[in-house]
Amino acid sequence: MDETKRKELEEMAKKIRVDIVEMLCESGSGHPGGSLSLADIFSYLYFSGIMNIDPKNPGKKDRDRIVLSKGHACPVWYAALAEKGYFDKSHLKTLRKYGSMLQGHPDMNKTPGVDMTTGSLGQGLSCAVGMALGAKLDKLGCRIFAIVGDGECDEGQIWEAAMSASHYRLDNLIAILDRNGLQIDGYTKDIMNSEPMIDKWKSFGWEVIEIDGHNLAEIENSIGKALNIKDKPVCIVANTIKGKGVSFMEGECGWHGKAPSEEEKEKALRDCMCKA
Amino acid sequence: MIPENIKKILSNEDKEVATRKAYGERLAELGEKNKNIVALDCDLSKSTMTALFAKKFPDRFFNFGIAESNMISAAAGLSTMGKIPFASTFAVFASKRACDQVSISVAYPHLNVKICATHSGVSIGEDGATHQAVIDAAIMRAMPGMVVLSPCDGTETKKVIDRIAEYKGPCYVRLCRVASPVIFNESYNFEIGKGVKIMEGGSATIISAGFTTHIAMQAARKLEEDGIEVDLINMVSIKPIDSMLIIESAKKTGLVITVEDHSVIGGLGGAVCEVLSCNMPTKVVRLGVQDKFGSSGSPSELVSAHGFDAASIIKTVKENVC
Repeated sequence: MDETKRKELEEMAKKIRVDIVEMLCESGSGHPGGSLSLADIFSYLYFSGIMNIDPKNPGKKDRDRIVLSKGHACPVWYAALAEKGYFDKSHLKTLRKYGSMLQGHPDMNKTPGVDMTTGSLGQGLSCAVGMALGAKLDKLGCRIFAIVGDGECDEGQIWEAAMSASHYRLDNLIAILDRNGLQIDGYTKDIMNSEPMIDKWKSFGWEVIEIDGHNLAEIENSIGKALNIKDKPVCIVANTIKGKGVSFMEGECGWHGKAPSEEEKEKALRDCMCKA
Repeated sequence: MIPENIKKILSNEDKEVATRKAYGERLAELGEKNKNIVALDCDLSKSTMTALFAKKFPDRFFNFGIAESNMISAAAGLSTMGKIPFASTFAVFASKRACDQVSISVAYPHLNVKICATHSGVSIGEDGATHQAVIDAAIMRAMPGMVVLSPCDGTETKKVIDRIAEYKGPCYVRLCRVASPVIFNESYNFEIGKGVKIMEGGSATIISAGFTTHIAMQAARKLEEDGIEVDLINMVSIKPIDSMLIIESAKKTGLVITVEDHSVIGGLGGAVCEVLSCNMPTKVVRLGVQDKFGSSGSPSELVSAHGFDAASIIKTVKENVC
């Protein structure tokens, strides 16, 4: 990856992390851990130029779509959409408030740029399958990116969707699996062991590419490779750290669904901006 | 008695058609005119009759195998791409197994998905309780924004399918396995939110939807021979329900009997009670499945056993009429 590009995307990931912390402190509730783990991926998706999107025309027919199947991580999506210009950044502090454009889980009827309503785990990937089928019917060249959680893979519906995606040869569907090794009650290996995760996706007929989900060059290479795979869907298994960017959250259970307090906010923001 | 304007829309053919068959045939016809219609199924296409659409338009038919949750959410995804998905399976699976998917993937975002579920009620017969949908209308009625329809015959079914293909928003249609007499002819007009008063009389109001309407008609004709004339309402549109028609009739008769091949909790009977309690408190006797699971048996045995055959309707009216 070009050094200038990498720096820009890193800076944007920092901004996204700052936005996440600020909006969650303001709302007093929400999901920091699983949002922060996706910040680098979302920086890449929205700011590398890889997606065919237009903030001025969020409904354009042939656009690339994102389905945040792990819908609770919406703070990272809202941050990316705001930074990209889908709506004014001032909306971020209204997260989860009554009447807000930014609901606690993604709402396609309220937020410009949100392509599918999600929040009940396991459903988004199926929605993405439907979108991919529709895109192929109309020969739209667009791609569907489905962001899935590793804990979410406990849900049987994920595997129904996975089976159908390879059955229908949906090479316009790219799943990005946020493998941060944690769910709410503890480590995924202790709560409901889903290993061998990579073997599972392969056995369901997907092309699997494993990456460090915080390495922008690896994110770029994997998506580039994924876009050239024919006849099968691709799962990019992104190894990540839940809470990445905030030192006291990283890899810690307990930061799934708890917003940082006012006192914790300052330290969190300093961490995000990588200041000592 | 049958009002003059109704005589014009009643069929004089002696024909029986299963509403699931009428659905399958109409969907295949509509597929020609409307290229955005797609059909989805879960390995039951020869039972739900989506196989007819599948044969004509194989590229627009998607079988999801035995995975109803996936199908419903995929239908939602297809609708976001401008398609009009008709998603079918048995009513038990559409409403119970995929309940959260119907609620969150379809109803909450108010997507343009048409869930046409067959094999509703105990009248499906021998398969028994696991396959007899008796709470599907109750579940769907409670979903905000969901249109819930229960056509009584082949003609009404075709009109329903025509209408929902144009209507923008989620719809649930409950269809039947076994054939029943054709009641309406082609000049019948269906409208979402409207019921039809097929017969008029002042002694009681009988309100039915779906499979039981032909049974209620038989009962009403027999009651008329016995000197008891009733208002017989076919309430195809369970949600939104035709409140005015219900209130007006209850005001006149003072006694309402609801009949459905569904639990007496939460379906047509529940909806009628809600309307009347709020607007015109009236005694309502609910015939249907009395908060029980179904069981194996022949359709007619089961209808009698659950107390909503013609004899039971007649007996109920006679016992309650003043």
